[in-house]
Amino acid sequence: MKNEWPLWEVFIRGQHGLNHRHVGSLHAPDAEMAIKNARDVYTRRNEGVSIWVVEARHIAASAPGDKGPLFDPSESKIYRHPTFYDIPEEVGHM
Amino acid sequence: MAEVDQKALFEFLLRMGDNTLVLGHRVSEWCGHSPILEEDIALANTALDLIGQTQLWLGLAGEVEGKGRSADDLAFLRDVWDFRNVLLTELPNGDFGRTLLRQFLFDAWASIMLGRLQKSSDPRIAAIAEKASKEVAYHVERSADTVVGLGDGTQESHDRMQAALEYLWPYVGEMFQSDDVDAAMVAAGIAPDPAGLRAEYDALIGAVLDEATLTLPKGDFAHKGGRTGYMHTEHLGHMLCHMQWLQRAYPGCDW
Repeated sequence: MKNEWPLWEVFIRGQHGLNHRHVGSLHAPDAEMAIKNARDVYTRRNEGVSIWVVEARHIAASAPGDKGPLFDPSESKIYRHPTFYDIPEEVGHM
Repeated sequence: MAEVDQKALFEFLLRMGDNTLVLGHRVSEWCGHSPILEEDIALANTALDLIGQTQLWLGLAGEVEGKGRSADDLAFLRDVWDFRNVLLTELPNGDFGRTLLRQFLFDAWASIMLGRLQKSSDPRIAAIAEKASKEVAYHVERSADTVVGLGDGTQESHDRMQAALEYLWPYVGEMFQSDDVDAAMVAAGIAPDPAGLRAEYDALIGAVLDEATLTLPKGDFAHKGGRTGYMHTEHLGHMLCHMQWLQRAYPGCDW
C-alpha cells in the first residue's frame, strides 16, 4: 500500500457567511491536487465558494470507547439550551 | 462588422466545434476506466465541458449555414470527410499520460485562441469564447499540473511522458496552419491568424514541459489534413462508428 495516495478530508463553504462543512474525502498526491480533485468531485453542481482540504492523518479524533465519559454528563442539563427566552420578531432567524 | 463570406464562417465554426466534439468524445472514453476515481470524475468533467462548448460552436455553425441543421445533426450525421478537427484531437488515447499530454497541448492552444476570440467582431463568437475561456482556464491548469507530476515523477512515468511527447509533437503544428478561411476571418476581425499564436504557445508549453523535465523533439514536421478535411487519420472513422451508431441505427432517436 506504499504507493497509495494519502487520504484527504474535504470541507466546502456553501455560501459566503456559512461555515465550511465536511462533505467527504478523497485521495490525492498533494494539497494542490486535493483541492483540484475536491473541485471536480464535490463542487460539480455549484455547491461551493471555498474549499478546505486536510490530510486525514492530521485529524485527531475522540475514541468511540470514550463516548460515555465525554458526552453522557451533558445529557440531563436542559438549562444549557437557551430555549427559555422570548426572541423578538425583529431579530429574525437565530 | 465587415461583410464576411458565410461559407468561410461556417467552416471556421466547424473547426472550433469539431475540435471540442472529437476531443470531448475521446476524453469521455476514459469514463469508468481511469486509474483512480478522482481522475475519472475530473476527466468526465472535462469531456462534458468540451461537449458543452461543442453545442455552442456547432449550434452557431448550423445557424450560419442556414439549412436548418442543428448541432446534433452536425455532430451525428456527418461522415469523416466533413469533419474539420485538427488531427491531434482524434488520436487514440493511449495511456493515461498520453491522454493528459494531448489534453495539455490542446488546452494551451485553446486558452490562447479563446482569449483572442473574446475580442471577435462577431458578438456571438465573443460570447461563446468568454464562456468557454473560464472552463479552459481550469482545464489547462489541471492538465499542466498532471504533465509536470508525471513528467517529473518516477522513471517509468517520465519515460512514458517523453514517449507520448515524441508521438504527439508532429500533430501540434497543424493548430497553427493558416489558409483562406483564416484569412477571411482575419480580414473581418472575427478570429486571429493561427500562425500568430505560435510564439505565445511555445512560451506557455515550453515552461511547463521544462518543469516536467521533458525534452521537445527536434524537427518541425507537422501532419496536416484535419482542419481542412483533406485527410483525417484512420482513427477518426472508428471513433465516429462508436459515437454515431445510435443515430445511424435509429434515426431521429431521442430520450
